[in-house]
Amino acid sequence: MYSQFVDTGVERMRCAEELPELERAFQDKIDSDIKIEPKDWMPEAYRQTLVRQISQHAHSEIVGMLPEGNWLTRAPSLRRKLILLAKVQDEAGHGLYLYSAAETLGASREALIEALHAGKAKYSSIFNYPTLSWADVGAIGWLVDGAALINQIPLCRCSYGPYARAMVRICKEESFHQRQGYEIMLALCAGSAVQKRMAQDALDRWWWPSLMMFGPPDAESIHTQQAMRWKIKRHTNDELRQKFVDQSVPQADYLELTLPDPALKRNEQTGHYDFGAIDWSEFWSVLKGDGPCNRQRIATRRQAYDEGRWVREAALAYGAKQDRRRAEFS
Amino acid sequence: MQDWPLWEVFIRSRRGLAHKHVGSLHACDAPMALANARDIYTRRSEGVSIWVVRSTDIIASAPGDKPILFDPSEDKVYRHPTFYEIPDEVDNL
Ligand SMILES: [Fe+2]
Ligand SMILES: [Fe+2]
Repeated sequence: MYSQFVDTGVERMRCAEELPELERAFQDKIDSDIKIEPKDWMPEAYRQTLVRQISQHAHSEIVGMLPEGNWLTRAPSLRRKLILLAKVQDEAGHGLYLYSAAETLGASREALIEALHAGKAKYSSIFNYPTLSWADVGAIGWLVDGAALINQIPLCRCSYGPYARAMVRICKEESFHQRQGYEIMLALCAGSAVQKRMAQDALDRWWWPSLMMFGPPDAESIHTQQAMRWKIKRHTNDELRQKFVDQSVPQADYLELTLPDPALKRNEQTGHYDFGAIDWSEFWSVLKGDGPCNRQRIATRRQAYDEGRWVREAALAYGAKQDRRRAEFS
Repeated sequence: MQDWPLWEVFIRSRRGLAHKHVGSLHACDAPMALANARDIYTRRSEGVSIWVVRSTDIIASAPGDKPILFDPSEDKVYRHPTFYEIPDEVDNL
């Protein structure tokens, strides 16, 4: 998802008797749904897994502003422009809540951002696709924010207090994002034939990458088992992906758009929609840096950061000067 | 470059309620901390008043001190009204 592949550093699950005493007490707390707070003792692997996951999530929010930012100056009306500005500003806020949560674990903001800019940190594959038309803004809100919500709602119950609290705030804001996107699709689908084609084209391009947002199948993965035991993760990637497909099909039907998957079909036995095979080679290549926009995204981030450096340094110097003055006069 | 100092943010959501911790942010001085807190934590009228405090100025109890600090009050049940038995016939107590 926003953190599609998180290494827990664990090679083998241990049973309760094998855990050292401190770790057993820690696991007992988690088992009885007691939240872990920043100053509590925690296993190093738990701390590192969280830093990895939360920072990947934060980077996704920040890089995620870029595809939509592309349309801020070209929104079709003042109303749409205001809405998109508010949404993009929310995403910046989401990034900041999450960086703050990561910092409670001892990570430095500066170091996290440097890792992103050096290409060492991951962020969601979805933000490496281009936004070619206005309909893409609709498809992103509807599908990408919709998929994000499905993933993030269970994270509101995550065992780590600061992360869970950040997710509660984020989920509250996210539902407007999804609805404004769907409303754009509604308007386009009720418009001219050209507008309807734009909407279908955007759906065709965003559907599969949206399914990939949930990450590769992971029910068997040791990292998933460990993350679930720590209550950092509550559902497998495939469970969440299925939920997303099931909720999206009727939404697409209402728009009278066709999901680009000939294998998509309701399974009467399970009550779920079966869908076609996902091209995981595309996913891995995007995650490794070879998607359509990876280089451009990082270059844009780096440029903004480098060109803002003098402002940050000046503000810091000014703050230090004020502190000195206050000390002199008191 | 070093990170800007960290600040903790407290928001009073409505008049009549106490300020509550909502999160933290980086800023190089107090006016910037207030401005950032406004943008980050009150985009949907979540507050009517903001406090910002430098994180380094907060003195916190350590989780390890929990037994020393808080356990003694657990055996002082006589501090709670339910400790006292009063006949049902007696009202207003
Ligand atoms: Fe977001
Ligand atoms: Fe969003």
